[in-house]
Amino acid sequence: MAEQVGGPAPQGEQRGTGARGAPSTWKRLLRYTLTRLVALFITVVIGVYLTILIANMGGYVDEIRRSQIREQIAIKFQNDPAFRALPPEERQKRIDAEVAVEERRLGLDQPFLVRSFNYLKHALTLDLGRSENMTSDSGSRQVRLIILERLPATLVLFGTSQVVLFAIALFIALYLSRHYGSWLDRVFVALSPLSSAPGWFYGIFLILIFAAWLKWLPFGGMVSVPPPESPVRYALDVAYHMILPVMALTLSSIFISVYGWRTFFLIFSSEDYVEMARAKGVHPRAIERRYILRPTLPTIITSFALGVIGVWMGAPIFETIFNWPGLGRVLFHAVQLFDTPVIVGSNVIFAYLLALTVFLLDIIYAIVDPRVTVGGGRQS
Amino acid sequence: MLRGAFKELVRYPSALAGLVVIIFLVAVSIYTVVTIPYEEAIRLWRGGEEIWGDVPKLAAPAWFNNFTAKKRPLTIKMTSDDEAGVERKQAQVSDALWTDDVVYSFDYPYDDFPQEIAITLLAEVREKAPYVSVVWVKPDGTEVRLADMAVEGGKRVYRVSQDEKLGRKLKLPENVNPVVGLFAEDPAAAEPVPMKGTYQVRLEGTLFEPEDTLQSKLVVYGTVYGWAGTDHLRRDLGIALLWGTPVALSFGLLAAMGTTVLTMLIAAIGVWYGGWVDALIQRITEVNLVLPVLPILIMIGVFYTRSLWAMLGVIILLSIFGAGIKTNRAIFLQVKAQPYIEAAKAYGASDWRIIFFYMVPRIIPTIIPSLVTLIPSFVFLEASLAVLGLGDPVLPTWGKVIDDARANGALYQGLYYWVLEPSFLLMITGIGFAMLGFSLDRVFNPRLREL
Repeated sequence: MAEQVGGPAPQGEQRGTGARGAPSTWKRLLRYTLTRLVALFITVVIGVYLTILIANMGGYVDEIRRSQIREQIAIKFQNDPAFRALPPEERQKRIDAEVAVEERRLGLDQPFLVRSFNYLKHALTLDLGRSENMTSDSGSRQVRLIILERLPATLVLFGTSQVVLFAIALFIALYLSRHYGSWLDRVFVALSPLSSAPGWFYGIFLILIFAAWLKWLPFGGMVSVPPPESPVRYALDVAYHMILPVMALTLSSIFISVYGWRTFFLIFSSEDYVEMARAKGVHPRAIERRYILRPTLPTIITSFALGVIGVWMGAPIFETIFNWPGLGRVLFHAVQLFDTPVIVGSNVIFAYLLALTVFLLDIIYAIVDPRVTVGGGRQS
Repeated sequence: MLRGAFKELVRYPSALAGLVVIIFLVAVSIYTVVTIPYEEAIRLWRGGEEIWGDVPKLAAPAWFNNFTAKKRPLTIKMTSDDEAGVERKQAQVSDALWTDDVVYSFDYPYDDFPQEIAITLLAEVREKAPYVSVVWVKPDGTEVRLADMAVEGGKRVYRVSQDEKLGRKLKLPENVNPVVGLFAEDPAAAEPVPMKGTYQVRLEGTLFEPEDTLQSKLVVYGTVYGWAGTDHLRRDLGIALLWGTPVALSFGLLAAMGTTVLTMLIAAIGVWYGGWVDALIQRITEVNLVLPVLPILIMIGVFYTRSLWAMLGVIILLSIFGAGIKTNRAIFLQVKAQPYIEAAKAYGASDWRIIFFYMVPRIIPTIIPSLVTLIPSFVFLEASLAVLGLGDPVLPTWGKVIDDARANGALYQGLYYWVLEPSFLLMITGIGFAMLGFSLDRVFNPRLREL
């Protein structure tokens, strides 16, 4: 990601005061954002197209469209009394004729390459068709709604856990870098191999201990049944149900994150300019913030970004273990019900989500990278 | 270099622990593949009633009895051809009537009730089916007439737990397994206790033709079995645990090696040729970042094939263009700037020769630790696929066991062994490789040595 930042700024611009330097840095940030957006959009297009290719190598996306057409036409004819009076073979012939016309209209009789771009256009506008068996919470069978209605639940869970993980890991890593060699330091280093297990794995154990054995926390789900009436109690109930999943996600990533970041902090805190600052008598907290944290933050955010992406990927299993009504569980159900449109649609939406995550973290990276100072100028 | 590295490595206790775990797992794999060949394993894991029929359902491991005060029963199996505990009397009563009486005697010293009692009757007749009466005798002498039945169609299986009339006859409360009534001292008690002593099952058989034969089998299904217990389909979990080891190890190793080697090669090619090749690889990496790995695997598993090796190929393909390319590229860029590379170019070495003999060897020290650390992620990925129901349909793997456990509500039913056994194995595999990998990292990357 370092290559995408628009190079180190010439010294003159950077040394400007807030008033003079700010517009140029904002402009740079804006330009950077736009270029990243365009680049990511192209990436998403290619990614979704690949997804369609994979799905349609076996002709599955074709089947989705065809069965949809057939269903719509059959429904249309059902309501026509004159049609119902016809003998069965005649009805079938009429339906087939209409289906053929419709397929030609939508270009389904064209070669695969042309069709695939048609699908691409639909997928990019999130017109993902109708599901076979599944229904969304609002009763719709549109795949887009089925999946997107579950998005907030997933965001709440994963967003919270990532923020918690980041905060705790950063705090502990900084602490450990200051207390290098202490027993806590050695404990974390020794426990770092524990992070090879994914979140859902820890989830099983946590459920075993806290729900099955101790009975302190619920087995899963997002809210109790029946859900509390007032918004405050509802929020508290959700938080109560989030304790175990957040704990599982944190446990699975924290040791390796802390180990990596603390090592990084240690390497940076032995740099010359840090020694200089210490000799100058700068307050240790200020040293940490300005001299250690600032330069390392881009790399930390990069590694954190990769972690977030990894967590997204584990969502189907994780949400199923905890019975959390989110995107991942929708995909899991779709697999069990063999609901092709939803499976393909989930892939498209996951690709979008990944791109969005990458984009957001790129923005944060750009803001945090000292070469793109937003406030403008040096702090004294 | 390697021997020095090894000496360095054994200084770390975590490395030694990791090595011990890995050697143990490899030993188990070799032992498993040798003693239970592949076809045998598949047969045992998928086989039918002849294999599972006499095994209890959802039984805990037998060694649980060493740790609990309440001893749970083992399975007792006897056939009419046995010698010990079986008394057989055959006689001819009249021209058209023969009797074949069998009395099974067995000891029951356990504190808990069996799961089920099944009596299988096999008859070879010309025409008329034999008639069998079954009488149950408790240690205190109480007799209970279990059933009178004709052995139609040559085979008849009588299962006590499915005999509702028996439950009513013994005056048991609703929903109580009739087996309890046959073993309890006081069936109507709130918490019945089985009577200990010698039980007898008397089969009084009547045959109507001279050449007819009657065989029987008595199985009293325990609630503990084997060293690993059983699952909902009466399969010995030990098979899955044992065979899961070589599968997990080979999958993890192949995936990690494939990914690492290919990443290294592609990064080297990109760096060496530079220009559009390098830019193309960068773009591919960016696109790959957006491709959701698990959902794509799900798509492939649902639509095309669930074969483990196909999944392996796809996983490697999706993993090559990842973060590894960037780090490898950074190192190769450094290597490319070295003077001996220029010297090699000067004496006319071909591009491939330079890549393979000069660039690749430089990166191997950094590759080794990351390869080892990568293995657990693939082992868990295979388990993840199995938990999603997309595991290889034929092979018994650890993930499959966890999936079965989850689908059958193991945690809710208190069948913790079902979940804990494969999880434990997954855990030590992951930790073993990770510990070794971390130590290797410290050995091969001196910057981290003091830290």
